Amino acid sequence: MIPAVFETGGDGATLLYVLSFSLFIFGLMQGTHPRTAKQGNMIAAVGMGIAIVTTLLLDGVGNWGVIVGGLAVGTAVGVIASVRVQMTEMPQMVALYNGVGGGAVALIAWSEFREISGEVVLEEFVPVLLAAVIGSVSFWGSNVAFGKLQDLIPTRPIAVPGQQVINALLLVGLVAACVILASSDDPSEGIFIGVLIGAAVLGNLVVLPIGGADMPVVISLLNAATGLSAAAAGFSLDNVSLIVAGTLVGSSGTILTLEMATAMNRSIPNILFAGFGGAPAVSGAPGEERPHTSIGAQDAAIKLAYADSVVIVPGYGLAVAQAQHAVKEMANALEKRGVDVNYAIHPVAGRMPGHMNVLLAEADVPYEKLREMEDINPEMPRTDVAVVIGANDVTNPAAKTDPDSPIAGMPIIEVNEAKQVIVIKRSMSPGFAGIDNDLFYLPNTDMLFADAKAAAGEIAAAIEDL
Amino acid sequence: MGLVTELTIFVLSAFVGFVVISKVPATLHTPLMSQTNAIHGIVMLGGLIVAGFAEGALELTIAFIAIAFGAINIVGGFMVTDRMLGMFVRKPKPADDPTEVPK
Repeated sequence: MIPAVFETGGDGATLLYVLSFSLFIFGLMQGTHPRTAKQGNMIAAVGMGIAIVTTLLLDGVGNWGVIVGGLAVGTAVGVIASVRVQMTEMPQMVALYNGVGGGAVALIAWSEFREISGEVVLEEFVPVLLAAVIGSVSFWGSNVAFGKLQDLIPTRPIAVPGQQVINALLLVGLVAACVILASSDDPSEGIFIGVLIGAAVLGNLVVLPIGGADMPVVISLLNAATGLSAAAAGFSLDNVSLIVAGTLVGSSGTILTLEMATAMNRSIPNILFAGFGGAPAVSGAPGEERPHTSIGAQDAAIKLAYADSVVIVPGYGLAVAQAQHAVKEMANALEKRGVDVNYAIHPVAGRMPGHMNVLLAEADVPYEKLREMEDINPEMPRTDVAVVIGANDVTNPAAKTDPDSPIAGMPIIEVNEAKQVIVIKRSMSPGFAGIDNDLFYLPNTDMLFADAKAAAGEIAAAIEDL
Repeated sequence: MGLVTELTIFVLSAFVGFVVISKVPATLHTPLMSQTNAIHGIVMLGGLIVAGFAEGALELTIAFIAIAFGAINIVGGFMVTDRMLGMFVRKPKPADDPTEVPK
């Protein structure tokens, strides 16, 4: 259908691949500022276009029916999904895309295995096995993560007795099977399929016990894994574009994983193997009522309207209640009265890195108002009112004061330092970590028990009427 | 390309990735992830290459699914990133932006 122009591995194709990955890197560099990021995304997309066209013009590329069909189906699904997806659903979408990417790598590895199994060259064969294992783990792990985020699977940790032992045995088995395959003159396809299935089971077992609150780490980790699997596929296909692009994605996922883990003050092994996020930890004296003050929307409006500076602390509860637009209305009403309004975003405020920022940007909150934790904490003592909406554990002062707390050492947004605090929450129930929040009982804290969206709307209306 | 050359490229890319991505502010982490999803769609090249030597129903099906998966990543990833980043740029606040001409 299309005449082959480039020789596989030849200079012409390689130069165009170098151009394409240069555009990826340049695109990512543009992504360091909100103003240039959109353009950077376009540049990276052009790089991808160049890489695809170059590959289509390689000698030996054929079966055009399969290629055109696959491109058509994938493009249609991609377009529809990207237009329809809600911003609250971004974590699910990214989880699914991680999975799809890992799945593609595992399938390509299988295909290559069938092609090269006649003559085993370790340089090619080892990357094929790596791609198969990592690709399969990230496909299944991401699907489980998607299921949890979409509420198809219970978000609480699902643990099998002896989980660690089973995982360790599986891993040993996978390594052993790979060694058998690599040392054989005519590796068996049965064992290879066994490796794919074993990696699939491992992917399920690793993600199933992880609770909802740890999802930002899991998504980032799977993102890194899919990237590395693509790089492994690049080694086996001798394709420089795959190696560089896959490694860039791997670095990105790794950085985000580390940032998320730091934001929760937990190590990666602890998150993966402890099954903590969402576990019903018992702390304090259960059942014992501690005194707290409760106020209504009208009173909250008065406190806010006569403040000079207000900091809004959004949490995942805000996203669940779809309250971002109502909160923006409340902020508009305050700004009209000359109140300085900022938003303090904890790194794990949403279900994935940066999720809360996107939700607020969707509600037209300017990005300069979205302040990072380290940036806004020093301003807290000068803040008149801090409004906590749908956030809980990330504001718990016990993280700093109580060394025995399950969240001890976790960096928090120090709302307790503000002159007054209003917490909008449905009830006194604990957050994901299952622990009581000392903030609720402080003398300068008022609780407003309501749905976040309704409460923000009522406060906005009350401020307008003042 | 030899294995050592490929390892060199791998190591250098990892360092470039770390340097560049460390500079991305937390505000843009979600678009960054969906953009890296799209870049990860580069695996579709692998699908295109294996489609060339695919024989028989099984191999053709594998190639078809791999290409479709890669295309979902590329098209869906870049488009949804564009949609999100549009939310960060559309804001009529010329005062904060010296490069924008106030109306």
